[in-house]
Amino acid sequence: MLNVISGLLSGGAAPAAATSYESIATVTVGAGGSSSVSFSSIPSTYKHLQIRALSRTDRAVTYTSNIIRFNSDTTNSNYSQHELTGSGSAASAGGGANSPIYTLIPGTSTTSNVFEGEVIEILDYADTNKYKTVRILSGYDGNGSGQIFFGSGSWRNTAAISSISFTATSGNIVQYSSFALYGIKG
Amino acid sequence: MAAGATYTPIATTTLASAQSQVDFTSISASYTDLVLVMNTKGSTTNYPFLQLNGATGTSYSTTTITGSGTTATSVRQSNTVNPYISSDAANTTGFEFNAILHFQNYSNTTTYKTVLVRANSASTGTGATVLMYRSTSAIDTITFKLNTGTYSIGSTFTLYGIVAA
Repeated sequence: MLNVISGLLSGGAAPAAATSYESIATVTVGAGGSSSVSFSSIPSTYKHLQIRALSRTDRAVTYTSNIIRFNSDTTNSNYSQHELTGSGSAASAGGGANSPIYTLIPGTSTTSNVFEGEVIEILDYADTNKYKTVRILSGYDGNGSGQIFFGSGSWRNTAAISSISFTATSGNIVQYSSFALYGIKG
Repeated sequence: MAAGATYTPIATTTLASAQSQVDFTSISASYTDLVLVMNTKGSTTNYPFLQLNGATGTSYSTTTITGSGTTATSVRQSNTVNPYISSDAANTTGFEFNAILHFQNYSNTTTYKTVLVRANSASTGTGATVLMYRSTSAIDTITFKLNTGTYSIGSTFTLYGIVAA
């Protein structure tokens, strides 16, 4: 089983055309799933990053967390998040001062073939004078279940972000999940 | 390494006359994601909803969160034929309704289709919706309908395609 999939940047390719929104790397999870997906060696030449994803876990739950970490920093107390969630019956707010940034992805108790959509933006990711701010719009609908999710996260570190990982809680990210990383020019 | 142009306008519709629906057809499967930006008014207070690939059955469902200015609520539609872009944000005659819709991996033939929406109306509220279309078919047609009335003259719909590396 493939446990970790990484989107590595190829070297030596022809330079990109000058555009303001560029594809950096894409990871599509293959057969057997993966415990995490990561992007590494992210260049610092953009102003902002955007990640567009479609994901699901093989954990036997309705949904679970998909943890987002930067530069391999696994210390939860370096992160915080606020979120606004709609469950289909109630709107609720939550978060944590010393807890990781995450989205909610469906597990096997949710209808088959349902994947969560995610649009994640990381502002001024290479600015070494700022802690890093993340905003998230994500959600899945299982025809009778589901979550719509607004998140705002912080990584209290001024280092430029050069790697990003997604790790499903107690399960694998399943086949056909995809994560695409884009750079936005300033 | 990064590709060239990755965020490309595919088509824009600006209504020259009031219309009860707007269609984007024959959408190329050559992109990774689609993004649609709409900025509309209505002939009355009316609610936009989607049809994909012309499917008129109960193959849609939604989960929505909205803020009306006084309360935050969340509602769900299951097995619906008219999946609303937002349950609270609506077209009105006086203020524009706007929404950005994200069609993730719209041309894959393995997963059901997930659409993320951020919708706003200065008159009725703001919110977000996740819409699911229970089909593994690639999306090649997007239709915007209304529960009643029409989209007004000047309403705009712009479809973009995003290409991943």
